[in-house]
Amino acid sequence: MKYLVMLIGDGDEKPWGDMSSDEQGELMQRFGDFDAACTAREGVQILAGEALDAPSSAAVMRTREGKVSLTEGPFAEALEGLGGFYLVEAPDLDTLVELLRALPRYDMQIVPTIDV
Amino acid sequence: MPQGSAAVLAHEALEQVVREDWGRLLGALIRRHGRPDLAEDCLAEAVASAVDQWVRMGVPTSPAGWLAHVASRRLLDVLRREATAAGKVHLVASHVEGRPQPELGPGGQVDDRLPLLFLAAHPALAPEARPALSLRFVLGVPTADIAALFMVPTPTMAARVTRAKKRLRDIGAAFAVPAAEALPERTDDVARAIYLAFTAAYAPREGADVVAVSAAGDTARLARLASELVPGTPVFDALCALVTLQHARREARADADGGLVRLADQDRSRWHRDEIDSGVAILRRIEPTTGFAEERRLQALIAAFHATAATAADTDWAAIVRAYQRLEELTGSPVVRLNHAVAVAELSGPLQGLRVLQAAADQLPGHHRVHAVRAELLWREGQISAAREAYKAAIALCPDGPELRHLRGRLAAMAT
Repeated sequence: MKYLVMLIGDGDEKPWGDMSSDEQGELMQRFGDFDAACTAREGVQILAGEALDAPSSAAVMRTREGKVSLTEGPFAEALEGLGGFYLVEAPDLDTLVELLRALPRYDMQIVPTIDV
Repeated sequence: MPQGSAAVLAHEALEQVVREDWGRLLGALIRRHGRPDLAEDCLAEAVASAVDQWVRMGVPTSPAGWLAHVASRRLLDVLRREATAAGKVHLVASHVEGRPQPELGPGGQVDDRLPLLFLAAHPALAPEARPALSLRFVLGVPTADIAALFMVPTPTMAARVTRAKKRLRDIGAAFAVPAAEALPERTDDVARAIYLAFTAAYAPREGADVVAVSAAGDTARLARLASELVPGTPVFDALCALVTLQHARREARADADGGLVRLADQDRSRWHRDEIDSGVAILRRIEPTTGFAEERRLQALIAAFHATAATAADTDWAAIVRAYQRLEELTGSPVVRLNHAVAVAELSGPLQGLRVLQAAADQLPGHHRVHAVRAELLWREGQISAAREAYKAAIALCPDGPELRHLRGRLAAMAT
């Protein structure tokens, strides 16, 4: 199955700006650990993964009666905190959750994709 | 052979195989096909079609093998229909052939009921769906019986079970024993699900089956199975001891009219001694522990002190008070404090009990049991008119049912 993993909140981690550079380094190390754990696990593959810029850099595109508008928000509440995402191929949810324990202790939303 | 006895044989064989092999059969189906949303319906259909066939053709040599075969064929039919609709029929055959065959006999390396237990209490499911799915998946308890246990209409329970099965499929829940890191949390989830079924079975209820004996028996089987499948797990052992000790008193908990009988008034000769002994033996194996497991261990300990007292007067109230004190420290639960107050009253007299009760009363405003316990203690203290007022307050707050009848009976008994 393919899962979208959205990193939506700091959870048990301090905000990035409040961390010492050592702490920031440790945090980055955990992303590397997650990457390595996925590579080592059979049937698991990170298909995509990016850190996202702040919502102030984002735009909302809407089409109404054929007209396209671009605005700065309002964003859905969950997306306000969306700091990054992964698209992961994994055999099941439990395997994915086990691997995600390697990441910083962020709040995450996990959504399976629909196979068409 | 006359038709009548063939039917009896077929029914008996079917009942036995469902009772003994349901969980293994369902586990094997899910392991093979990976479809918790479909497997259980297919197995239920195979069971439903078995009676007719077995009456006409005789009971097969391996009833479990027959059910496995028929259920698997049905599941493949459904998968093929799905695949045809999606234009992927060529994928079905290879998909299935590549998977291991179900093992039915005991003594296999892996018992398929173990991953099934973890799947039915999966953390991705709503907590209230987990006990129902555990009873249905692991033991094959009919949905109507589960609905009766949780006091909801059967269609409501059927919808809840269907939704839970679909969620397991949609989210891609694993059919596997959890990895070591997750195991403590996952065993707790399983234990909590069984405990919810247990508390539902012991909630006072209406009707002839006032103590829900059969549902309580299913819960006891589930707790025993969990402690056998994952030996040496404190939370499962504690739960198993608790449920076994409570269930051993089932015959004495209701009178002939379906009224509840209080522990002190129960006919102790009707308690199942062998089950009490086995509950106590399990309890002796467990060391004091922490968290949910320790709460259940203390409850089991209290149940054991009651169950091993020859008469109500012989009860070791000092030990029970100590256990309630620890349970209260651990949970901070006002309901525990209520029971603690009752135990203190037995040990040190009603006035001491009333003192402990006061704190619970502040935390549980408007709860009928606070008034009922106060009434009982005031009565014993000889404060008749205050006791009568407390009973009236309890009766005004108590929902209709056997407990309300019991309270009215106590108030009536005071008048005489």
